Amino acid sequence: MDTVCLEESLIMVDLDGTTNEEVLQNMAKNLYEQGVVKESYIDAVIEREKTFPTGLPTLGCSVAIPHTDIEHVNRKAISVAVLKNEVDFGIMGEIGTVTPVKLVFMLAMDQQHAQLKLLQSLMQIFQNEETLNEISREHRKEKIIDLLESKLNH
Amino acid sequence: MKKKTILVACGAGIATSTVVNEAILDMCSANNIQANLIQCKITEVSGYLDSADLLVTTTITGKDYPFPVINARAFLTGIGLDDVKQQILEEIKK
Repeated sequence: MDTVCLEESLIMVDLDGTTNEEVLQNMAKNLYEQGVVKESYIDAVIEREKTFPTGLPTLGCSVAIPHTDIEHVNRKAISVAVLKNEVDFGIMGEIGTVTPVKLVFMLAMDQQHAQLKLLQSLMQIFQNEETLNEISREHRKEKIIDLLESKLNH
Repeated sequence: MKKKTILVACGAGIATSTVVNEAILDMCSANNIQANLIQCKITEVSGYLDSADLLVTTTITGKDYPFPVINARAFLTGIGLDDVKQQILEEIKK
């Protein structure tokens, strides 16, 4: 199956945090509490972000796609957070540059080289300024799920 | 023209390299080009120093390689994508 279910318990709105580590910690802890990932995922995703930053400047608001190795994951899922205030993330593929991130898509992937369609659809969303801005202004979890699912699972 | 070997790498070898790999495959077939694509983690690139012709990566490389390196973030954000595609095509056609 290439589709992914977006669960309300994995959507976080108005997430508060002053550093990206704090944001990652909060999101990963929630994934762990929901049984999606193992406890080891929390430190692993924070460490991975330090070595390989995932911030992406887009035409809309900047996004980040933190993720880590499949061995820390129980089942495939995506957690989405709309940050209360933008938080700096390192820019993917660059050294020492940051971008103010408003939306975080934390990926829990359980297979290597798979999930192609899902990932492609996600990147399509990143190229859609309007959708990104719409999500970033949204406070209702079910609305965010509707918006994303209409783009992800078609 | 020798068939080129292209490495497509990211940090975990799971997410972004999957998307970039597919995009390059599409690009090659659209341009009638045959190429060997190898998707890997950036830490695995050192195993291909003798066999690869090009590295396309979304992540920091942090060292020098004996082949050209092209940043592939544009495949994720769409910003500057045409330029990057052009760069890759030129390298493959060399």
